Amino acid sequence: MIERLIVERVAFATIVRKEIRRFMRIWVQTITPPAINAILYMIIFGGLIGSRIREMDGVPYMDFIVPGIIMMGIIINSYANVSSSMFSAKMQFFIEELIVAPVSNFTILAGFIVGGVARGLAVGLLVSVVAFFFTDLSPLHPFITLSIAILTSIMFSLGGFLNALFAKTFDDISIIPNFVLTPLTYLGGIFYSITMLPDFWQGVSKLNPVLYMINGFRFGILGASDIPLWQSYAVILLFIVALGGLCLSLLNRGAGIKR
Amino acid sequence: MTALNIEQLRKTYDGGVEALKGIDLSVSEGNFFALLGPNGAGKSTAIGIIASLVNKTSGRVSVCGHDIDEAREAAKANIGLVPQEFNFSVFEPVESIVMNVAGYNGIKRSVAKQRTEHYLKQLSLWDKRKAPARQLSGGMKRRLMIARALVHEPKLLILDEPTAGVDIEIRRTMWEFLTKINREQGTTIILTTHYLEEAESLCRDVAIIDDGRIVEQGTVTELLSRSMMETFVLDVDKTSLPAKVGNFALRLRGDGKAEVDVPQGVAINEVFLALSESGITVSSLRNKENRLEAFFVRLVQSQREQGSQA
Ligand SMILES: Nc1ncnc2c1ncn2[C@@H]1O[C@H](COP(=O)(O)OP(=O)(O)OP(=O)(O)O)[C@@H](O)[C@H]1O
Ligand SMILES: [Mg+2]
Repeated sequence: MIERLIVERVAFATIVRKEIRRFMRIWVQTITPPAINAILYMIIFGGLIGSRIREMDGVPYMDFIVPGIIMMGIIINSYANVSSSMFSAKMQFFIEELIVAPVSNFTILAGFIVGGVARGLAVGLLVSVVAFFFTDLSPLHPFITLSIAILTSIMFSLGGFLNALFAKTFDDISIIPNFVLTPLTYLGGIFYSITMLPDFWQGVSKLNPVLYMINGFRFGILGASDIPLWQSYAVILLFIVALGGLCLSLLNRGAGIKR
Repeated sequence: MTALNIEQLRKTYDGGVEALKGIDLSVSEGNFFALLGPNGAGKSTAIGIIASLVNKTSGRVSVCGHDIDEAREAAKANIGLVPQEFNFSVFEPVESIVMNVAGYNGIKRSVAKQRTEHYLKQLSLWDKRKAPARQLSGGMKRRLMIARALVHEPKLLILDEPTAGVDIEIRRTMWEFLTKINREQGTTIILTTHYLEEAESLCRDVAIIDDGRIVEQGTVTELLSRSMMETFVLDVDKTSLPAKVGNFALRLRGDGKAEVDVPQGVAINEVFLALSESGITVSSLRNKENRLEAFFVRLVQSQREQGSQA
């Protein structure tokens, strides 16, 4: 029994190390583009346009958008890391190295997810550093900020894993990010407060899970949110349980990876 | 103890192909076992199921006493697999491919380092340890997969066509290496190959699988004595031959020589009589050396004939 736990622990550490080395080796592709995006957003929306807007929800516009921009980097990159890593493991068949090894599916999944979280947080951190040049924000509630960031990163890493299991071609792993993730993120209240919207559109916005993450994160940094904090946690946790359960049951059946 | 036990194993792929039609197989511990069969017979499918890469349709499989359904992890821990197709990350350096697989098997890094060095040296890949796998030649890639399969020192090593695309020299050293770990470490070896002379000289037990069924099984010597048929190679003066002369099956080979099957106990004179009657002149005659191959070819042919009659 103890022996089994040791095997799982060593295997887990191996997967995580491999995943982190993978995105660090190609850091120009994986870490820098989101930072450049963030700089552009902050210059254009925060600096140029924001100077006309001044305040949103009672905070300077630049400060209002920074949490959302950090969160966008975390969401997109967690997802992209796991989907592309898992998908290339599938396409080059080296996922078989893990399938034939005496490792539980839970450990395999956890290893990939932690890899995705590492990339998500690395990007989040870099964007935060960039943001220091535009505004001097420091999180009001560090624990809430960090926990929302990590949980969101876990959730989208799971999403990326699921996507890779179903994907048959490289196109299949860009469809969801382009047509679902990006729109949901933009409409998730990065650049505006949903209280500005008519009632009907406020209601529609509340169906968008990303709204809960961005607002939870914004609460952690600014202490302001359109959504009660507990709802943010509840939505993210619900998605983690659902997506995690789905990934595991697919892995156990060998869907997408076994013949 | 059996290293591998298979009962009534069946596999029907999603497309409807029935790749395994209920096979039973038992491989004793320490054996050097060859699984032979023509292309598409179901060898890789069976190996895939044993190693958990393919979901079986029904039947039972156990590895070193561990059922692959009930004690999946324990079963996997005892298997080292060298698959037919390359399945490593082509961008990853050789050394880290082997190190990672050691990690997946729960081997601590300090031990994994030593083992990786040991097996890469044994398989003459140590010079290449920093090279990304895509820079290896075909034969080196096969050896990389062998090193990778051994790094957790499994009790059962399964190799699916390890000598495919490997030159004669390397093939010989590969066989010597496998024989050595079989003798010295007691590793049970199961392999598939289309080079039957190798199987004949090196393996203890053999199973022949055709069209998803095991059609013969036993020690190499048993199979050969059971074959009851002797094959001769003839130099003939014809470029086309009848399928039969008298009661003897006749085959023209790619090199222009002919092969004739003679049941044991039948006088060889009768063959010559029949050949003369058909106007075929024989300038020389020898015994076919590769008897297992001759047996295999006859067996598969007779299966095909039965199949076409049914
Ligand atoms: N993934 C798959 N999906 C559908 N059918 C498959 C799949 N893999 C193999 N088959 C079919 O199953 C049968 C057995 O194939 P298998 O690969 O097990 O043969 P084999 O004995 O290993 O042949 P070879 O000597 O050519 O490697 C073949 O008819 C093959 O077409
Ligand atoms: Mg095969």
